[in-house]
Amino acid sequence: MSPPSTTDVLVVGAGPAGIAAATAAAEHGRKVIVLDDNRKPGGQIWRDSSVIASPARSASGSRKQRAIDRLQRSGATLLSGHTVFSASASGQLETLRELATGSFAERFRFEQLILATGARERFLPFPGWTLPGVFGVGGLQALVRAGYSVAGKRIIVAGTGPLLLAVAAHLSHDGANVVAVIEQAALSSLIPFAASLWRQPSKLLQGAQYRASLSSASYRTAAWVAEAIPATDGRSLSAVRITDGKRTWTEPCDLLACGYHLVPNTELAELIGCTLQRGFVQVDEQQRTSVPNVFCAGEPTGIAGLEAALLQGEIAGRACAGVATASLRSRANKEQAFARGLARAFALRPELRQLPQPGTIVCRCEDVAFANLQHPSGWADIKLQTRCGMGPCQARVCGPAVEFLLGSKPSSVRQPLYPVPLHALTATTEHAPEPFKVEPESIHKVEETA
Amino acid sequence: MPEMLSLRINGATVRVANGTSVSAAMLIAGQPTRISVTGEPRGPVCGMGICFECRAIVNGMPHQRTCQLLCEEGMTVETNR
Repeated sequence: MSPPSTTDVLVVGAGPAGIAAATAAAEHGRKVIVLDDNRKPGGQIWRDSSVIASPARSASGSRKQRAIDRLQRSGATLLSGHTVFSASASGQLETLRELATGSFAERFRFEQLILATGARERFLPFPGWTLPGVFGVGGLQALVRAGYSVAGKRIIVAGTGPLLLAVAAHLSHDGANVVAVIEQAALSSLIPFAASLWRQPSKLLQGAQYRASLSSASYRTAAWVAEAIPATDGRSLSAVRITDGKRTWTEPCDLLACGYHLVPNTELAELIGCTLQRGFVQVDEQQRTSVPNVFCAGEPTGIAGLEAALLQGEIAGRACAGVATASLRSRANKEQAFARGLARAFALRPELRQLPQPGTIVCRCEDVAFANLQHPSGWADIKLQTRCGMGPCQARVCGPAVEFLLGSKPSSVRQPLYPVPLHALTATTEHAPEPFKVEPESIHKVEETA
Repeated sequence: MPEMLSLRINGATVRVANGTSVSAAMLIAGQPTRISVTGEPRGPVCGMGICFECRAIVNGMPHQRTCQLLCEEGMTVETNR
């Protein structure tokens, strides 16, 4: 591995929170490096089409561009395509770059670290959810932006959360025939949330616009997908069985996008030793975690969306530079109230726990069926007895599912956080190869997933 | 119109727009990205590099997360078995 790059502030994640954090720290004189897993900055919410450089058709497009332009002017260095697989509170962090010429590990040293690692979708198992043609909600949108055409395809968008209507509207705009939007939350829990938005008219307006662009699709609340039914070829979808708990009906479709709101990406924070509170990274008024010199901003501190991420990122960046943050705090707190409203409105209904059948796969990496998870007690036992969570996704998918279904939360986060091929640790991007200390369990993980 | 490029997916030539991810190309070609440990065909799910269902063999290298890779002219892609 090459000698480490050294910086004052290292930011992990180039979504809205990371961009805001890096910009604020750099504008106040700190030397900043931003690392991001994706090919382009913007994170998930500001993900653009990679196929056609489409003119900005929404406000977020231009807002994103302004944020990225400002990041560039701030003097911060953005390194895309860097996956963080290891870090310690002592100021060192390692990334993996996967290039056409091979995989390379790189090392960074920092004084302060800002974690802006965002969130991922929560997936819940149901019969047929492993069929090709069943995607996440944000997942299908990301694939469409990466060149997959959904024109003319019959799509059902299901699960829970504000993403459902937004993605359904985008898919419809891209020529898809959105047959139905199936939201598990009851209308009675959505109405108080919608009513609370009168203080934030922009959010209310956006929801109304999405709904208006979906005039042909049926929007069902208090209903959920019980089964994805395969076509005769066994490798595509023919229909989806939907239920409201009393009645069950079948809706033919080509694709299903199903996701149950978001879960925070807290793995890196946990690895460093940051304290979590109810599943989120605990931070103070200046976005400081329990670990000195480690800050966290955006979704890992609470699923609160774009505005909260931007504000928290700016607070963290300013705090790293020793600049006052009080003026931003009250706005950030207001957004956190929005987060609490979101969590209440889209709370998961207990009936979803009854969806997996004994043979339904829960861990997609290792094909562990639901029946095999009934006997072990606790996450460690589950892993030992079934290999659930031991594949390359390292429980990012099955972990939150098992936590919801059985109440066992993945107990320990280990490095590498992502599978790292052994040759990446010995290869050098420049000269001067340095010995790299690999912990025995890392070697085990690498072999297991290679 | 976007510029087009050609790649081979499980032996068949597929033409896609420049900027298409390998995951999207495999969906267009109707090919599973990988076969699971019990033999099920799988395709991409999360689209953002965390679920690892989109792993395929790209230019001979197995286990590449195809949702994070863009298609290149002449690339060969195979279902990860």
